[in-house]
Amino acid sequence: MEEKNLDLIKDYKYGFSTDIESIKAPKGLNEDVIKFISKVKKEPKWLLDWRLKAYKRLKVLKEPDWQKPKYPEIDYQDLYYYSAPKSFNEKPKKLEDLDPKLLETYKKLGIPLDEQKKLNGIAVDAVFDSVSVATTFKDTLTKHGIIFCSISEAVQKYPDLVKKYLGTVIPITDHYFATLNSAVFTDGSFVYVPEGVRCPMELSTYFRINASDTGQFERTLIIADKGSYVSYLEGCTAPMRDENQLHAANVELVALDDAEIKYSTVQNWYPGDKDGKGGIYNFVTKRGVCKGNNSKISWTQVETGSAITWKYPSCILKGDNSIGEFYSIAITNNHQKADTGTKMIHLGKNTKSKIISKGISAGFSDMTYRGLVDISPNAENSNNYTQCDSLLMGNKCGAHTIPYIKNKNSNSNIAHEATTSKISEDQLHYCQQRGLNQEEAVGLIVNGFCKEVLQQLPMEFAVEAQKLVGISLEGSVG
Amino acid sequence: MENKIKTDFEKTFKNFPLKEELDFKKNNLENFIKKGFPGKKMESWKFSDLSQIINRNLGELNFYTDPALKNLIDKTVIIKKFEHNKIVFINGKIEEIDFNFEEKDKIQVSKGLSNQINSFEENSLLSLNNAFCKNFYNITIKTNYSMKKPLIVYHMINKDISLTTVNSQLSFYLEKNSLLKIIDIYDEKSEKNFINTFYNFSLKENAILKNFKIDNSQNNNIKYSFNNIDQEKNTISETFILSNGSKFLKNEINCNLKGKYSSAFINGIFSLNTDKHHEIRTSVNHLVENTKSYQLIKSVLDDKSKSAYQGKIYVNPEAQKTDGYQLSKCILLDKNTEFNAKPELEIYADDVKCSHGSASGSLSEDSIFYLRSRGLNYKQAKKLLISGFFLDVIEKITDEEVKNYIKEIMEFN
Repeated sequence: MEEKNLDLIKDYKYGFSTDIESIKAPKGLNEDVIKFISKVKKEPKWLLDWRLKAYKRLKVLKEPDWQKPKYPEIDYQDLYYYSAPKSFNEKPKKLEDLDPKLLETYKKLGIPLDEQKKLNGIAVDAVFDSVSVATTFKDTLTKHGIIFCSISEAVQKYPDLVKKYLGTVIPITDHYFATLNSAVFTDGSFVYVPEGVRCPMELSTYFRINASDTGQFERTLIIADKGSYVSYLEGCTAPMRDENQLHAANVELVALDDAEIKYSTVQNWYPGDKDGKGGIYNFVTKRGVCKGNNSKISWTQVETGSAITWKYPSCILKGDNSIGEFYSIAITNNHQKADTGTKMIHLGKNTKSKIISKGISAGFSDMTYRGLVDISPNAENSNNYTQCDSLLMGNKCGAHTIPYIKNKNSNSNIAHEATTSKISEDQLHYCQQRGLNQEEAVGLIVNGFCKEVLQQLPMEFAVEAQKLVGISLEGSVG
Repeated sequence: MENKIKTDFEKTFKNFPLKEELDFKKNNLENFIKKGFPGKKMESWKFSDLSQIINRNLGELNFYTDPALKNLIDKTVIIKKFEHNKIVFINGKIEEIDFNFEEKDKIQVSKGLSNQINSFEENSLLSLNNAFCKNFYNITIKTNYSMKKPLIVYHMINKDISLTTVNSQLSFYLEKNSLLKIIDIYDEKSEKNFINTFYNFSLKENAILKNFKIDNSQNNNIKYSFNNIDQEKNTISETFILSNGSKFLKNEINCNLKGKYSSAFINGIFSLNTDKHHEIRTSVNHLVENTKSYQLIKSVLDDKSKSAYQGKIYVNPEAQKTDGYQLSKCILLDKNTEFNAKPELEIYADDVKCSHGSASGSLSEDSIFYLRSRGLNYKQAKKLLISGFFLDVIEKITDEEVKNYIKEIMEFN
């Protein structure tokens, strides 16, 4: 028994589930469920109306089907749209009041909710299934006027801010999954950084799906007011289950004049077992708008988990001189599939964007980079540079590159480069000659391949991500 | 449109003797009626919404051409620069086939049934072509025969027709060790027609195909051309596209590298002005190991013109040691121009070398400055830079005669 457990842990060490009683909304998707969610969260009427409007829209929308990884039809009526630990009827005021089982879960995950153990000064908002369980370092942040709390809390405490920005980047009329999220979103993080404030620490959200048959629909809204700066990290895991679970989050970023938002993700949802059974469907909509002049949004993502990853963190460069960046490592192994990339939409003058994407596919997996660079007629003097490299390991996997390039302005430049290759025998030989075994050699080469992106991650994450890259590829060589 | 197309179909094929052939045409007609002209919703027509372009520029189209129309070949169109064999289409009907420069028994021309290739069902324009194409020829180049002179296919449209779809097809079989040079030249005396051309090339071992598509005469027609090239062992295909004269033109090249050591080269230039809209879509399928493909597309856009390039390299799991390359470059001269590209790689084999690049932007100010500081005026400098940009592609043409001809019509000499 012990040994078996160890094996499992080696494969996916976050695969355990927490045995905790939970309250769920009735199965299925209908107006009553939406009203139930809204009621449990004690939401104001405008938000319920907003949700219902999204639901109405959802009924006429069709699921998109142009993506490369196909999946069996999802029965939206067979899902729970709300699940919360039972002890959460009233959100605990203090950490001590929190269910010890929850604390234990986060301890296992390596996420310290206990502020005394202060890890590197990162403020964490932990989301368990549908609710946010704890937010740390609140006092320090309040001192700077920074709001960092769950979105449900923000709806209660800062309704004006939420009302002003919610749905401005991803409107409820967007595509199917974004609209679904708007109708049934449960929790997520809310960040507001006031004018001229440089956030003194990394903000981080940790997402965990625990209950089975549940979809997780969180919504994150980050607003960086004029001249502010914030760096935000996101991590995610889920237990190992045989069925596929849906995760359809929406993330909205708003950067006003001279503001900068750095958003990093290390996505490690359960990828399914070696034969491709189970795993998370990660269908996430992430979009940021550089609303003000001289603003900057930078996405960094390390995608190693999920059975299917389907997301395009995007930047709308509306303000003049604004900058959008996208750094991505996507690794697929076994039967994982990914269709990911970015969209850079240049609207303002002198806007710049940079895309660095590294894809690695091994085993029987399939990886697609799909990106859009669109320079509109008014985006004078804009620039884009795109580089996407793919690395193939073995001849059972696929790597695809599908960039869409639209240039409608004669003063703007777009450059795009892409390569596909495998690890060369020469490189392997060189490393092995110097005493590394094959696996170490591959690890070293892959880390070098990803270095440009790993460098963009905040320190604490970079170390973890580097290890993750190694683990994800274990057993794929030789 | 549906009623119109049905009555036109019946008018065209009244008293048509071959029942089987007619059934095939009817199926194709149904497929076209079901799908209609392709629009933006189809991935392969994302950048050029043909159904909208046709609605906006042409409106209601005729599908019937009166066979009794007088079809005289306009001799002034025939190229005198170099000797060549010719096939002349007038309003979609073949009026002359002439292989006078070749040995008689080495070229076989046979009238056949239409291109029974059904593997492109998605392509409704091919269905349209299959349905309405009336006379269809197979041309076979026999084993070990290299054609002495190029074959020029003239596509002429005379004044008698207008607002009409013109469908034409040809099929070429290149037997072992044979060589074919083919040049497409258009001449239009009528405006607002939809011209739909389909070629099928089948290359046996060691065969070489040199395929030049020249769209140079200024006209207001909407054109679509589809070439399918199947290649066996050691074959080489070279396609060059000059996209310049028509109001709208989409060239599609579908290349299947079925034999080891086969290679495909596709080069193209867009030189557009006014509100022209042109596209090249390529799809190179590497199906077996040790195959090679190279694509180079360059574009210069002025006024309100638009160009699009969709290039796809597909590598089968068996196609190890594939070498695939794509490069598309564009210079936008006017602020109302637009360049769209979708260079796509779909790769299922690991030991491959595949890459693509795409760049678009304005004419380099530094280069202009350099030339002006050496005494050229702005206009001369611009012309020199653009011709240098294009010559990079034109110099890749392996046939001297054709290369010089293209340089001449582009005024680069």
